[in-house]
Amino acid sequence: MADEHKPRPVYTNIHVSQIVAYRLPPAGWVSILHRISGALMFVLLPLVVWLLDVSLTSEVSYERFSNAFIAGIGFVPAFLLKLVVLALIWSFLHHLIAGVRHLWMDVTHSVTLQQGRVSALITLGASGVLTIILGAKLFGLY
Amino acid sequence: MDNQSFGSKRLVVGAHYGLRDWLSQRVTAVVMTLYTLVLVVQLLAGPKLGYLRWSAIFSQQWMRFATFVTIVALAVHAWVGVRDIWMDYIKPVWLRLTLQVITIVWLVGCTGWAVQVLWRL
Repeated sequence: MADEHKPRPVYTNIHVSQIVAYRLPPAGWVSILHRISGALMFVLLPLVVWLLDVSLTSEVSYERFSNAFIAGIGFVPAFLLKLVVLALIWSFLHHLIAGVRHLWMDVTHSVTLQQGRVSALITLGASGVLTIILGAKLFGLY
Repeated sequence: MDNQSFGSKRLVVGAHYGLRDWLSQRVTAVVMTLYTLVLVVQLLAGPKLGYLRWSAIFSQQWMRFATFVTIVALAVHAWVGVRDIWMDYIKPVWLRLTLQVITIVWLVGCTGWAVQVLWRL
């Protein structure tokens, strides 16, 4: 019986080039993206505090804040700033929804294969759709 | 039972060692989620957002209280998460320790800055 199966690859010492050959299930994607989005927000934390700073300190600094998204700031063009903020928006949404999924699994013991698969797809879908909606607002599409 | 918690018999692994981090990450996650809801409700309720309404939201004393708690929760949450990343991928002890120290400096610095912004209003 067992020898009828195709031999599965065995990685004992994973090299970066092997990661691209991985075929992850949805729950696997949610998991690794949860980590990547968290790391991204950690790295960009000073940008978030800076945005809070200039948007709150005074009306003059608030002008600087809104103008950064129109004319850019320093050597950073507005388009690049918007892209980075878009990445932050997606990171926040994905991290939040994936976190709520974790808590939901902890509380209700919803840990069957099927439940994990469905909730993972919902997480990916919801964070994607919300990112598109907020991203469209960010880039002035409505 | 030997309860010595220092020196060569210090407890570094085992039951309850990881539980505290696991639990604090979840508790801080709940705090931040509730704060997000509170903030979103205030942003959606009301006229067009400009400086006056934006700064008025954060000038309320209860909102400062909530924001401060959330900033601290974020630092604790990020510490547990980023430390997990270093522990998973970085094996040389000297490099891991260096990155962990940088992480703490990064988080404490950002926390101080955010608190300063909040209380300057």
